[in-house]
Amino acid sequence: MTSDELRQTLKKKISAAVTPREAAVAVMKELQGHYGWLTDAALREAADLLGLSPLQVEELATFYEMIYRRPVGNKVVHVCDSISCWAMGGETFLSQLEAELGIHVGETTADGMFTLLPCCCLGNCGNAPTMLIGDKLYGELSVEKAMAILTNEREEKEKREAR
Amino acid sequence: MEQPLFQHNKPGRCVTFAEYREEGGFGALKKGLQEMSPGEVQQAVQDSGLRGRGGAGFPTGKKWSFVPQDLPGPRWVICNCDEMEPGTYKDRVLLEANPYSLLEGMVLAAYAIGARQAFIFIRRGYETAAANLQRGIDECLAAGLLGENILGSDFSCDINMHSSAGRYICGEETALMNALEGKRANPRAKPPFPAVKGLWGGPTVVNNVESLANVPGIVAKGPEWFKGLAKTPEGAGTKLFCLSGHVVTPSCFELPLGMPLAEIIDGPAGGMRPGSRFKACLPGGASTPFFSAGQLPVPMDFDAVAKAGSRLGTGGIVVFDQDTCMVAATLNLIRFYARESCGWCTPCREGLPYVRYMLEQIEAGEGSREYISILQDHVQLLDYSFCALAPGAMGPVQGLLSHFMDELEEHIDTERCPFTAGKNGGAYTPPGV
Repeated sequence: MTSDELRQTLKKKISAAVTPREAAVAVMKELQGHYGWLTDAALREAADLLGLSPLQVEELATFYEMIYRRPVGNKVVHVCDSISCWAMGGETFLSQLEAELGIHVGETTADGMFTLLPCCCLGNCGNAPTMLIGDKLYGELSVEKAMAILTNEREEKEKREAR
Repeated sequence: MEQPLFQHNKPGRCVTFAEYREEGGFGALKKGLQEMSPGEVQQAVQDSGLRGRGGAGFPTGKKWSFVPQDLPGPRWVICNCDEMEPGTYKDRVLLEANPYSLLEGMVLAAYAIGARQAFIFIRRGYETAAANLQRGIDECLAAGLLGENILGSDFSCDINMHSSAGRYICGEETALMNALEGKRANPRAKPPFPAVKGLWGGPTVVNNVESLANVPGIVAKGPEWFKGLAKTPEGAGTKLFCLSGHVVTPSCFELPLGMPLAEIIDGPAGGMRPGSRFKACLPGGASTPFFSAGQLPVPMDFDAVAKAGSRLGTGGIVVFDQDTCMVAATLNLIRFYARESCGWCTPCREGLPYVRYMLEQIEAGEGSREYISILQDHVQLLDYSFCALAPGAMGPVQGLLSHFMDELEEHIDTERCPFTAGKNGGAYTPPGV
């Protein structure tokens, strides 16, 4: 989608809302989807569309765990660190994943593919440990299983780019 | 055993709109709109004894009755699907299997309080549930079950989805309303209560997914039927219990309210994993005081669990075995709450990191006996916070102090954690390895 098309989509969302501001999170999420993260320019764009000041958008953006105000990799890997996953070896799982990817939490792999972030309970507690990539929840993870999923994500991206 | 919430579930997939209708779905909506007044729908829910399934357990019908009928301007129904309480995943399981009971219940709720528009506030990560709901909304609109003049009646109602971006506090109903309005999701002062002054200043009812999904059954079959579903005389309805931790089958089950904890663990949950013995559990999500083995016979109903010193909460039962360090488990929970504090009020913003520090020191073998009384003081002190987040956070600390004092003292006196497994969150190999 070009930026113009995106602007039209967002304007539609905003006019369908009860007040423009109601659409703020939706607008931030769409812009983030487009740019990869909520860049300073995207934040100003959101403010302009919503009739808010950039600061008003910033105070929203920084409130949410899944709005990224810093550059992230192609895919953000959110690993649950809450109690049910913890009880099923979540801490071990996360540190193994750090070792396999060669990064610490909060960092991005050198190829720009993955950013690793711990996150709040993903509501997949019966399938602990668990992670969220994009819109997809994965459960009953071991580090081997998680790496296979990540390898697949990388291959999918390479395939998309080859097309 | 009747399972009104799971009765339409199909193995491995979501029920279709056609199947739901063929199986009697939307019959309650028809009955409600054509044979009952809004007041009668409200009375039925009140008489049923349905208590909120989101954590607080406030009677749903009573909440509706607080909406003043004489105030001008729009009023609103909000479904709280911001299910972020650690250990809780019942709303996701319900909506991935069937979005229609919720939609039907929401239209009935809107009818009962006279709302023209309703919202579903859904958390990030529940994209399958959100897609099911959006599809369901479109199907209902096309079939005249939603929108203008529903089923040929004078009543009109729309349901809109609002997708969030991940923040625990949004599940607190006043914070949720700020979030929905596009403001930073700090909680609001109560009173005025949302029923009087809520979303955009209008009367608002905020109900949990499971609460609303129970409404069609109550309207169709009556309050007495609903009361009869529970195992305890004072209870009403079934409950979605979602199990996690060291049990054989950590799944979500629809069971009669009041089923004893031991029966849930040994029955549907398949008992403890091989080699595991029950040590403790969070009976109703992350903000409820621990139960230890002494509470295994407690009937899992609101009053009985409260009498036993905890809360039924969301019904998210997190089970821990003998190798779990309860100090480390509490530390994990407090880290969560300290991070999720919205920062609005001082007791929560400053108190939780302090409690976290105390527990970190104790777990690292660097605590002192004095820390125990500091923790005890903080259970009281954090009650001064603005909303229920910090008191909820202190629930597990309270449970630690009342059931596992010996473990706390051992950490302090021996200057180390006695559990090798506990330090690393359990020495468990995840299934499938």
